[in-house]
Amino acid sequence: MKTTFALAATTALALFMAGNAAQAETLRLLTWGGYAPDNVIKLFEEANPDITVEVTLSNNEEMVAKLRATGGAGYDLAQPSHDRIFAAQQEYNIYKPLDLSKIETANLAPNLLDGVKANATIDGALYAVPHQWGTSGIVADISKAPNVKGWGDLCNPEYKGRTSMRLRRTILLGTAFSLGKDPFALYGDKAAYQTMLDEVTEKLIACKDNVKTYWNGGDDLSTLLLSGEVVVSEAWDSTAFKLYGQNKNLVYVPPETGALAWIDTFVIPRKGEADDAAYKWINFVMKPEIVKLMSDSTGAIAAVSNGIDLLPDDKQAAVKAAFDEQDLTNLKFFANIPAGLEDMEGKALERIKAATSN
Amino acid sequence: MHDLQCESLSKRFGAYTAVDSVSFAVPRGSFFSILGPSGCGKTTLMRMIAGFETPTGGDIRIKGRSVLSTPPNKRPVKMVFQHLALFPMMNVGENIAYGLRCRGENRADIARKVARVLDRVGLPGAAEKQVSQLSGGQKQRIAIARCMVLEPDVLLLDEPLGALDLKLRERMKIELKQLQHQFETTFLYITHDQSEALLMSDNVAVMNAGRFEQIGAPQDLYNNPKTGFVAGFVGDSNRWPGRALSVSDGKVRVAIDGGGEAIALAGDERIAAGGPVELFVRPEVISIGAGSGNGLEGTVESLLFNGASSRILVRMANGHLVEVGQAVMDGSVKIAPGETVAIGWSRSHGRAFSVAG
Amino acid sequence: MARTDIGKLSLILLFAPFALWIALLIILPQLGIGYISLREKVGPGEYTFGFANYIAFLSEPIYWNTLLRTAWMSILVTAMALAVGFPVAYYIAKIARRRARAALFLMCLIPLWVSDLVRAFGWIVILRETGLVSTFLQKIGLVGGPVELLYNDATVVMGLVYTVVLFMIVPLVSTLDGMDNSLIEAGYNLGGSRFTVFRRIVVPYAMPGIVAGCIIVFMLTAGSYLTPILLGGKNSMWFTEQIYEQFVTRYNWESGATFGVLLLVFTSFVVWLGLRLTGQSLASTVAKD
Repeated sequence: MKTTFALAATTALALFMAGNAAQAETLRLLTWGGYAPDNVIKLFEEANPDITVEVTLSNNEEMVAKLRATGGAGYDLAQPSHDRIFAAQQEYNIYKPLDLSKIETANLAPNLLDGVKANATIDGALYAVPHQWGTSGIVADISKAPNVKGWGDLCNPEYKGRTSMRLRRTILLGTAFSLGKDPFALYGDKAAYQTMLDEVTEKLIACKDNVKTYWNGGDDLSTLLLSGEVVVSEAWDSTAFKLYGQNKNLVYVPPETGALAWIDTFVIPRKGEADDAAYKWINFVMKPEIVKLMSDSTGAIAAVSNGIDLLPDDKQAAVKAAFDEQDLTNLKFFANIPAGLEDMEGKALERIKAATSN
Repeated sequence: MHDLQCESLSKRFGAYTAVDSVSFAVPRGSFFSILGPSGCGKTTLMRMIAGFETPTGGDIRIKGRSVLSTPPNKRPVKMVFQHLALFPMMNVGENIAYGLRCRGENRADIARKVARVLDRVGLPGAAEKQVSQLSGGQKQRIAIARCMVLEPDVLLLDEPLGALDLKLRERMKIELKQLQHQFETTFLYITHDQSEALLMSDNVAVMNAGRFEQIGAPQDLYNNPKTGFVAGFVGDSNRWPGRALSVSDGKVRVAIDGGGEAIALAGDERIAAGGPVELFVRPEVISIGAGSGNGLEGTVESLLFNGASSRILVRMANGHLVEVGQAVMDGSVKIAPGETVAIGWSRSHGRAFSVAG
Repeated sequence: MARTDIGKLSLILLFAPFALWIALLIILPQLGIGYISLREKVGPGEYTFGFANYIAFLSEPIYWNTLLRTAWMSILVTAMALAVGFPVAYYIAKIARRRARAALFLMCLIPLWVSDLVRAFGWIVILRETGLVSTFLQKIGLVGGPVELLYNDATVVMGLVYTVVLFMIVPLVSTLDGMDNSLIEAGYNLGGSRFTVFRRIVVPYAMPGIVAGCIIVFMLTAGSYLTPILLGGKNSMWFTEQIYEQFVTRYNWESGATFGVLLLVFTSFVVWLGLRLTGQSLASTVAKD
């Protein structure tokens, strides 16, 4: 009886304070679709009754653009990929150094944490910690395209008008690998990188006829594949695993040159106003029981030591069907993009987009 | 030879009959008016002649040839619209040249014809003016010039004076008549204003409820109306309801409702003793002072001075108000409101018509 | 004195929200965009001023080709919207009965009740290879296999015409509505054929409405984003997309701002050219009372 009353009183108080925002903190989260599922938010808010979570969905480019526009204000926690920290921070100063002592690092997979540390440390300050990782590769309908091996198959005339890709830097890098280059090794040499880009651009322009259309997000990719309009496409593994659940013919194929691996991180924007809440969220979603819910929603693997084991069963099966031990050792993690390179890549993408095709 | 003939022309809109079997013929070069109250069907009649409406029955012939199958833009009739419909985006010259250009005439001819027609309507050199710069009367003349330059067989005019102010209207009546004379073209003029029709026309058709009541010269309609409607609609008239007492020799003895008797010409054949009639007497035939013929008594109520059309209003013993118009304001008769007077008029000046029902 | 002061004050207060709105939401951002477009980046966080961004635009054929293509397709869309909208407007204003008009007008409005995005997705569902049209054509045997109707210029133009045609119809209806029917009848009566009456009377009379509609439609089309990108797919190439790419994907605000200024200037120039060619002025068309 007494507790019921107390609960009611707190609820009333919380409701009253909600508009006030002084006591009840709001955690404004800038993240990817699926990275803040309702059930996780609900559990978090139950565990921390004084915090409410507000979610804005976005992607790498928009996250940086939004934070740049406000000088790092408007959000309390953001989730760009690990290669979008260093240059963005150097140029626009939009993130805040993290206090590792507030994060339960013991939960994190040491190799991923070290990888992010190497990428996101500026002047001794660390700006990001890993959250989830996944890869970009190829998804193929094995009933119609059984022999897909790598990036080059997107331009295979055998699948003319039946392939798709996302016109972003991933496809440039993937194509570079398929042409026998190592773009990450060329990061330091702009001239060489440009030569490589020219070659890649030419290849992708020639390939444009082969492509049905470029996809923009997980939803249009899914529709294209499920409707059968596209049989081979560049894809995020997480999307591919979801598709596998709906159609067992849609299989994720790590390219023979190595799937491109990304790590989505946690960063605190420079003018974030709820750092404590942000740390609480980070620690909360890295708990094993929450990781399971999260991975179910995102399809990506959490950056914890036994990440794959914490995937839901069907996705675990999909991952195990897609990756063997060699694929895992062959992963190509995105390296930090040096300043100026993205501009060169942007121009290359523009030229591909502007090229005429039928 | 008639320029325009209509035979049993009818137009029905659903159950409503706008024009009911109308027949008439307009001789070449004459000024023919159709006079009637609004809603009598005269505009529909004109639109059928212009080709904007298809008749339900009957025939329209221009110079003897049926034009029913001729589209409006090929008919040799031109029309001056109620609000003139001058094209606002063209100047005066272009307005007039429009029809000539539609015919595909060459530039030199067009320029010459435009200049000449502007001369004839008294607006030489107005070709470059914008329509908005013209006065009401000038617009009128341009609207006519725009049609006349095409030398139509018949010119239709749809109450074109309606939008003008009174003074200008008076002047334009005369001007229109002169223009018609000058162009020697057949004019078919539609109006609800009897003074316009009487003043300008060679012949007038009085139209009521889709039918022609009477066709005739203005004097004829005025002096010898064939129906009560014509007697009441054409010119001013005193109008009293009554009852026929006896009919003989084309004359009727009428007992006026409320008291008094008068003898009048029988307007139609259907008058029978005992039947209801209406008695029409024009103000200008009634004079103050008992004379030969009919006489009644009354009290002067007011004097309405208006020059040639001045009136005395007399309230008669039977309660009716009478307008008296004959030679009253020349100062020869001294009269003041409140006086008891006798009024009188000749027996052949009153006219009685039977009332249906 | 006091009274006029109060009058003045209330006038100022009445105008304040409007003036603020114009200043804060239209003029200020434009000035900001203009300012950024003149900024040149020399290093991280270091800038100087100059026209380098404009020079960069001119020296890159992809950019000005996209701008020209956008303008050209917008003109095409405008022309088609006029061709489609004029008969509809004429029917609504001149032929339909009074009572039917409101209903017809409302029918033209219906597409505006759903957002741009939903409309574009509607087209995608209908036109995609496994969509309604393709399936239907296969069923009745007109085509042997699935046909892809998306991702080409014709689809983009059609989608845009559909989106903007209402903005053509509204000004046309209001101009044609003010036209006295007797002008048309006079046109026939004086010997004009249907075509002559249309060309020499109806069109000149409707010219202010035509020009107003064309300006609105052209500006809307040139500035549209979702429709050309979603329906154009891999071949869309719309200038607004370039602007978005510069701002968001490439973090290049300077060049994005430059593109924004150029789009504004260029479309204004096209409108000015159109007005000159048709002998109209803004005062006689868009600002017509």
